[in-house]
Amino acid sequence: MKITYRDQEWELEGRWRVRDAIKEVGLLPQTVLAVRDGKLLTEDTLLDENDEIKLVAVISGG
Amino acid sequence: MKCRKCGRPAVFNMRQHKLALCQVHYPEWFVAQTARAIEKYHMFTPDDRVLVAVSGGKDSLALWDVLLQLGYRADGLYIDLGIDDGVGYSAASRAKVEQFAAARANAHFTIVDIKAEYGETLPEAARRTRRGRGKPCSVCGLIKRHAMNRITRDGGYDVLATGHNLDDEAAVLFGNVLHWQTGYIARQAPVLPASGEGLARKVKPFCRFYERETAAYALITGIDYIYDECPYAVGATSIRHKGILNQMEEEAPGTKMQFYLGLLRARKEGLFRELAEEVELHPCANCGQLTSAPGLCTFCRLWREAPAP
Repeated sequence: MKITYRDQEWELEGRWRVRDAIKEVGLLPQTVLAVRDGKLLTEDTLLDENDEIKLVAVISGG
Repeated sequence: MKCRKCGRPAVFNMRQHKLALCQVHYPEWFVAQTARAIEKYHMFTPDDRVLVAVSGGKDSLALWDVLLQLGYRADGLYIDLGIDDGVGYSAASRAKVEQFAAARANAHFTIVDIKAEYGETLPEAARRTRRGRGKPCSVCGLIKRHAMNRITRDGGYDVLATGHNLDDEAAVLFGNVLHWQTGYIARQAPVLPASGEGLARKVKPFCRFYERETAAYALITGIDYIYDECPYAVGATSIRHKGILNQMEEEAPGTKMQFYLGLLRARKEGLFRELAEEVELHPCANCGQLTSAPGLCTFCRLWREAPAP
């Protein structure tokens, strides 16, 4: 599956739960939301090998 | 994961509340919780005119959206700071606010263009002055506070609402506790009362929402907001503190909520009563806004300051 976050991109093999996939690419699940085809996903969603997931940062401010 | 209300697939889960909701029930819950916070902290009533400070980000646009849905008389205020930094940040964020307002018949807003009014953008003013050199965020806060107070007063608004969420508040509290800034801790609250004619009443209706909750609301309801952070916020202390708090939250859901709500509880119990002493304020000789020292306020001094060597 393909995972994108800002200008970064990763490819993961096999099936992953959203929460585990976020950790696998080195991010904190608390700090991003996972979106597939414009729809928000809960952290326990099991992703398919061909899924394209966009991670949206939730932290802002300064 | 199923929606607790209807059993359909959930789209969002809040571990700290042990609550998962679907596409329909999450926005409903979010709006109802906002209404509850406004009432709980006596922020404003339907008779009040509310000015919402909007930046084009998720929190402020979500707040404006919810207040309009709840039927409040809420107008927007966008402050154009002229931040370009090669990415056209202010232009892009202003466009988000304009698009938001254009899509809603009852969304009226004011734009304060700092360059047009004072002759310099925020980055230019920051580069010129000793206060701002290397730390434009300090000048940014000063400019925004002044503009928000001014438009609230001049526009006849009863209250100024900002989109600060629980993560913002917890990060500020964390920083203040680290440095034992007891005066600041004593003043941190969901409602800051008005002070004379110069300082507007300020409220934070989203102060009990996690940042991911406001982002989820914006995504689910299709609010188009600016995803990118301000280029000057990269590496900011508050963002670092948010990261630390989120690491703790990951291990123990509810940590951020307990930290911030504990402050509110302690205040209610009177823990900070002795610390919250009134500071004597004076009207600025130029703009009339209240300031701690007699003479010109820091904002008016900013524009008269000679270039730093």
